[in-house]
Amino acid sequence: MKLYPRQRHRILQVVTKLLVPVMLMFGLYVQFHGDYGPGGGFQAGVIFGSAFILHGLVFGLQRTREVLPPRMLHIMMSLGVLLYAGTGAVTMLMGGNLLDYDVLAHDPLHGQHWGLFSIELGVGVTVSAVMISLFYNFASKR
Amino acid sequence: METLVVAVLLTFLVIIAIGIIVLRDLLGAVILLGVYSLVAAGAFVVMDAVDVAFTEAAVGAGISTILFLGALSFTSHKQKPRGHDSVFALVFVVITGSVLIYGTLDMPHYGNAESAAQTHPDLAVRFIEQSGSEVGPPNIVTSVLGSYRGYDTLGETLVVFAAGIAVLSILGLKRRRPEDDVLEDAPGDTAAGASDDAKDHN
Repeated sequence: MKLYPRQRHRILQVVTKLLVPVMLMFGLYVQFHGDYGPGGGFQAGVIFGSAFILHGLVFGLQRTREVLPPRMLHIMMSLGVLLYAGTGAVTMLMGGNLLDYDVLAHDPLHGQHWGLFSIELGVGVTVSAVMISLFYNFASKR
Repeated sequence: METLVVAVLLTFLVIIAIGIIVLRDLLGAVILLGVYSLVAAGAFVVMDAVDVAFTEAAVGAGISTILFLGALSFTSHKQKPRGHDSVFALVFVVITGSVLIYGTLDMPHYGNAESAAQTHPDLAVRFIEQSGSEVGPPNIVTSVLGSYRGYDTLGETLVVFAAGIAVLSILGLKRRRPEDDVLEDAPGDTAAGASDDAKDHN
């Protein structure tokens, strides 16, 4: 497979330019709408990551690397796990059990909402960063 | 009707799986793997497991196909012809397969309302009746994943993280060659790109 296209594939490039923002938006929708419909952090992370992967496939890895440097991915990867585990730590500090979101707000239901929001975000950030960085590493050597 | 659709999809899965085994062209096999995941996702949708179908379609048909293609670019598209087929391997696979199928005989049938998971007061009954007032989200899957089984999901995220770290430590980090950083011109981006384009047309 040729991962470094040069002067060809203009149609693919135009279509990709149109598609990438839509894919990113859909990723965010799946992320934040997971409470109400199918989806959640994991699926959202994969969709979000695949937008960058499509960009990398069509425009070449270097351009994607400029938008999202591998260093940033390493930070995002750890940040997601930190956010998830940190939510657990906060619930413990606030007097509950690990990942018992009831204590996060006065109303247990609001606490659950906040807790779910932040752990799903953590999952999404980690998964998308891992997926993109897998792609970077598999695609960067010919 | 639903049973018929599921039966057709599962038959497709078996046919595709055989195709993957038989194909010597690895590129074709990878594409078939993607098709396999897509058909599996269809089957999950028919069985009302929409979240699972979503994951299967995104990960199985999307990302993993691309990663396989990336891995293929390191090697050749043709599988090396094998000298002989091992009888031992066949016997081993048949025995393992039979044991696995025997194991499924004890499992409750699909959609069985009497199964332990459906009737246990702390499982499906609790999730369906209580999750609205205990956790909130209308999507019970999210409540179970994030709240009732939040600890499991934390472990899952750690597994993904560990996989990322493992791949980075094997393939990544130090081995950046200088030519990887050279920008290749895309058409229309720069004057140089445009002139290259013109050459291509001639």
